[in-house]
Amino acid sequence: MTLTKDAAQAAKVASNKQSEFNTRLRASFQQLLAFASLLALVLFFSVASSNFYQAANLSNILLSTVVTGLLALGTTFVIITGGIDLSIGTGMTLCSVMTAVFMTQLGMPMIVGVLCGVLFGALMGGINGFLVAFLKIPSFIATLAMMMVAAGLALVISGTKPIYTNEVAGFQKIFALGKSIPGLVIPNAVFILFAAAIVAGLLLSKTILGRYTYSIGSNMQATALSGVNVTKWTVLIYTVAGCFTGLAGVIATARLNSAQPAGGAGLELQAIAAVVIGGTSLAGGKGSIIGTVIGALIMSVLTNGLSIMSIPQEWQQVAVGVVILLAVYLDMMRRKKATN
Amino acid sequence: MSKKLLRISGVNKSFPGVKALSEMQLDLNHNEVLALVGENGAGKSTLMKLLSGIYVPDSGTFEIDGQEVAINGTKHAQELGISIIHQEFNLMQDLTVAQNIYIGREPRRAGLFLSERALNRKARLLFDQINIDLDPKDRVGDLTVAKQQMVEIAKALSYKSRILIMDEPTAALNDAEVATMHDLIRNFTNEQTGVIYISHRMDELKAISNRITVIRDGAYIDTVDTESTTMREVINLMVGREISGNQRPASQTPSDEVVLKVSGLETKGFLRDINFELHRGEILGFAGLMGAGRTEIARAIVGADRISAGTIELKGTEVSIGNPAIAASLGVGYLSEDRKHLGLLLERDVKDNIALSSLKMFSRMGVINDKAMKSTAATYIDKLRIKTPSSAQTAKNLSGGNQQKIVIAKWLVKDCEILIFDEPTRGIDVGAKEEIYTLLNDLVAQGKSIIMISSELPEVLRLSHRIAVMSEGRLTGFLSNAEASQENIMELATQNTTGAVLTPLPASSAQRSTS
Repeated sequence: MTLTKDAAQAAKVASNKQSEFNTRLRASFQQLLAFASLLALVLFFSVASSNFYQAANLSNILLSTVVTGLLALGTTFVIITGGIDLSIGTGMTLCSVMTAVFMTQLGMPMIVGVLCGVLFGALMGGINGFLVAFLKIPSFIATLAMMMVAAGLALVISGTKPIYTNEVAGFQKIFALGKSIPGLVIPNAVFILFAAAIVAGLLLSKTILGRYTYSIGSNMQATALSGVNVTKWTVLIYTVAGCFTGLAGVIATARLNSAQPAGGAGLELQAIAAVVIGGTSLAGGKGSIIGTVIGALIMSVLTNGLSIMSIPQEWQQVAVGVVILLAVYLDMMRRKKATN
Repeated sequence: MSKKLLRISGVNKSFPGVKALSEMQLDLNHNEVLALVGENGAGKSTLMKLLSGIYVPDSGTFEIDGQEVAINGTKHAQELGISIIHQEFNLMQDLTVAQNIYIGREPRRAGLFLSERALNRKARLLFDQINIDLDPKDRVGDLTVAKQQMVEIAKALSYKSRILIMDEPTAALNDAEVATMHDLIRNFTNEQTGVIYISHRMDELKAISNRITVIRDGAYIDTVDTESTTMREVINLMVGREISGNQRPASQTPSDEVVLKVSGLETKGFLRDINFELHRGEILGFAGLMGAGRTEIARAIVGADRISAGTIELKGTEVSIGNPAIAASLGVGYLSEDRKHLGLLLERDVKDNIALSSLKMFSRMGVINDKAMKSTAATYIDKLRIKTPSSAQTAKNLSGGNQQKIVIAKWLVKDCEILIFDEPTRGIDVGAKEEIYTLLNDLVAQGKSIIMISSELPEVLRLSHRIAVMSEGRLTGFLSNAEASQENIMELATQNTTGAVLTPLPASSAQRSTS
């Protein structure tokens, strides 16, 4: 009697494990699919052009992913809540200008300047969050306005001229181009991106903040009625997202050893494209950091590969557009299948 | 024998798992206002949707002037002269009155250009005909609710309707506006036309209708002459069934300790002077018709809606609850009637849902301890017998009953003292209902206190120690379990609180509580 009961219990546990495994498998399938597309692209370009699969070129691809990648990481949080952030492109530029100002005009030590650059991004994110959560301005509008404010401020503060950080010893080397690992051609900026991705991934999957990010995106009203202070958490989530914008600004400055006040516009759309290719739903509630990283890599592999094949830039844009459509459509089909 | 304007017979309609109408019948004479009454869920709205061509019946016949018709589509219903005025208006707030009425049928010049002047002229002509006081050029969003209602009616009549069906047309109107509305209806009714009038306000039926058709549980019950029938008889017909004695709550009596006291609670424009107490270990049922204000009370208590006056005391201490987060931290949980939209994260898994209100409990320095969450989820899956393959199952894949249990588990994990259940068994099958009932009884036995809002009277009668009845934003009375019956609940629930009560209640069956 006890024996059969135990056996039944064991079977139940086993079947639970099995179905849990299935659920997990289905979730990772999405990422597998994105990853497979990335590999397919790499394979295709390697065959198409002998210049593609070279250490120097691969390292180039990674380096060119860093700024958009960092922006995409932050905006993944915002998009999972069901919002959108259009201010990250010019916001990144403003952070870049501020970082340069902190280090040169205000004479802060490098590390303090970097920290302040990141915190400035957090401040901008916090303002976005305040506009969205407290004043209930739709995120599209709030961040569109913020995008313009940031673009303007970057020009005002810099006096429309680049601010050079050459005199900040080691800045470019440590935060962008230096290669810390002997024998590896990968520059530091890439490691910073991957470190940031790991932090973002942990934040999203292992912390309260991450859990609320998902729950606000899947059902804000239910989350509020469950006793979660949605207003407060939304501000926090936007603030965290802003940190990544700030970091992107810092890296962009280090890479060029200068803050270029006129750039940045359009980067937000590339970042959003990376997030979407990575399987994060603009409707909110779904998405992952690993998907975003792969999405960002797909974007830069595509651009780099097409350049190497001497496809004119205007056609590269067409190709990227088509890839975005394909990626999102395939994702929708897959989801539909999953629900049926 | 003259032919009936409208005759419906033998109509059946099922939805997956529910028989909404069975052998429904109804007839409407020329020059008549026929009232249609029934409890929530009796099948009124299904019947209306059949008549307006939104649903197609499984079987049955519809005849207009003796001619059998098959209504296929809303457009066809309009062509047949059937117009329905829904409780919620379908008006475009930013267009003018005339633009709303003739939407899709605008008079054109040269087949291409709109003629605003011709449009307004046409509307004015219509208003003169049916004797409505409206300005065609007013923006609909600027009008009062009563005027908007008039626009809806004018729109319906502009289709040369012969059969007008109105779903609680006066629910949002004051007495003067109701009188105007009734004039309009009398004006409309003639040898060619008829009105089906759905309302919960018994005094109104007396004033406007010729006959009253009662339906219950999707079936036709009876049609009576309004003249020769008392409203009590109508209510008896509506309620019908009596519930057996052994379904009354367990002998467990609530303690005297007051855990929640609400005094003078009001919200802007709706709830008026709400006073009640909830005792430890008590299930306080809230009965009333749809839109009586029961959900609004719950939302006001947990801070989801703003209150404009009144106080809330928890165990004798006055508290100010600005949002549901504060309510939760004070141990008050609200389980919404709308599980899918307001209760659950459908796309998230069972354990996420169970832990949602108490994530801080499962984390240190903001980092979540997934193991602890999982084991707690497992405990409650076991305790509440939630049928799910695992705690990692997505909530949307579970049945209604199990979803409800997840929501209950969420608040149990939070260890709330006071639980407000809004329609706890809506959309749940019979077996699962029983389990939810047992669960509620267990909870009060453990010293929790429950407010249970329900539209199912048998459920209210079976579980509640006391029953508070609401009508039109006010509490119209309290009944103890012993004295409560479906009849006296319905009587309190259909009281017109804005005007005089037509049939005073016998003192024995209902007392106005002054506590």
